Amino acid sequence: MFTYTIWKENGEEVTKLPTEKMHFWGYRRPDGRVGVRNHVLILPTITCATQTAQRVTELVSGTVTFIHQHGCAQVGTDYDQTARTYAGMGMNPNVYGVIVLGLGCETHQAHRIGDEIAKCGKPVQTVSIQEHGGTLQTIAEVAKIAVKMVQDASMVQRELCDFSELIIGTECGGSDACSGLSANPAVGRTSDMIVEQGGTAILAETTELIGAEHLLANRAANDQVAKKAYAVIKMMENRSIEMGVDIRTGNPSPGNIEGGLSSLEEKSLGASTKSGTTRLEEVIDYAEQPTKKGLVWMDTPGHDIEQLTGMVAGGAQIVLFTSGRGTPTGSPIAPVIKISTNTPMFERMNENMDLNAGTIVDGQETVAQVGTRIMDEIQAVSNGKLTKSEILKQHDFGIWRIGPTF
Amino acid sequence: MSGYKTLYLSSKDSVAVALDEIPAHTEVTVKVDGEERFLTLTEPIRFGHKFAVKPIRQGEDIIKYGEVIGAAVTDIPAGAHVHVHNLEGKRGRGDKIAN
Repeated sequence: MFTYTIWKENGEEVTKLPTEKMHFWGYRRPDGRVGVRNHVLILPTITCATQTAQRVTELVSGTVTFIHQHGCAQVGTDYDQTARTYAGMGMNPNVYGVIVLGLGCETHQAHRIGDEIAKCGKPVQTVSIQEHGGTLQTIAEVAKIAVKMVQDASMVQRELCDFSELIIGTECGGSDACSGLSANPAVGRTSDMIVEQGGTAILAETTELIGAEHLLANRAANDQVAKKAYAVIKMMENRSIEMGVDIRTGNPSPGNIEGGLSSLEEKSLGASTKSGTTRLEEVIDYAEQPTKKGLVWMDTPGHDIEQLTGMVAGGAQIVLFTSGRGTPTGSPIAPVIKISTNTPMFERMNENMDLNAGTIVDGQETVAQVGTRIMDEIQAVSNGKLTKSEILKQHDFGIWRIGPTF
Repeated sequence: MSGYKTLYLSSKDSVAVALDEIPAHTEVTVKVDGEERFLTLTEPIRFGHKFAVKPIRQGEDIIKYGEVIGAAVTDIPAGAHVHVHNLEGKRGRGDKIAN
């Protein structure tokens, strides 16, 4: 692919990927998967329970939660997708144990989500606000359970794990014209290194692959995978066609256009460089767990928080997030390593950005050098180094809804 | 010869990217695969924005990364700014089908 051109452009021959095995210290879970964090998650399955969950996290350190507006009056595939997302968040190996919190009368019943999460063997408790006689009693009940769970979690020791245990999500948001030249190809190089280590790299944001799908389909492991790649692109494109709108009214966004991106195709060609050069092993649905190692495409929209949530629910322990315009985004349970595409933004929004790939357009570093630096950061963060979004408590969560609320 | 930085990704491309804020009437160099081209910008090009490296006819595909990124809405002379005012995306165009 054209990323090679950029490496040569910077005067470097394309070198072989390092083959030496990399390791990190992780938390082994009962289902065999490995976490890089050890959170206790208070998981509200319904918007009505999010405030109560928030109160508990204020009382009990070591707990996290998220605010959302879903969980009731949902049907069909939309119901399923939301349920899968909740369960996936609970099952993510960065979570030690889960307290599932419901109101009681909602469509997304807390005990059903709790039963699904419990299948992976981790501690799960379910609490309902209506059963406990109101907000204050529920806060007390959930807090008591959380105190015990956090203490149990604190006794889990990290153990030495192989990089093949990692699922690394990749995304770009607030893109500019540098995204496709610096940070995205560097993440592509990292993606190749993760795959070389036997791990999994997730490519997402189907919207932002419209116009680049042929490049990915040509790399598909087999015809079925290639067909699914074209199918998810067609479904996404058809949504804008059915609405009778130019997709450019929403994507590229005004900030993308200000940064120099002129069309969705241009943005897509830059976004697709995050996938590196390896074979595309499978195309999976939103919030599904990959069944294969290697490069996997998850069908998500381009919306930053919705795709982040989908990948984390799919089991990603760490997410790489490139940005040209800058973004505070983070996840309640997964470290997000944010990579700037240009040096001025890295300096201007330094409290939000973890790494700078602007050195590539400055002519100071090659794509391969930055890719290696990202790999080292993944190792440090896996071992416990906090990312900027974790330090700033940026607990973003958003579900890709595919049906109306009734 | 100006020292402004540009990036020309593929010899198939009809546009290159400014990696500096480049004023109008500047002569710039674009390089790809050891080949150099010189051209004069007809207008200022901002960092990250594109300019035509050759004349592009109305309706013709515009190429970057060696791939199609859209079509020209008007004739675009070499050295002109290429952006949403003269480049139209071809994908996700529900507006075109509905009309």
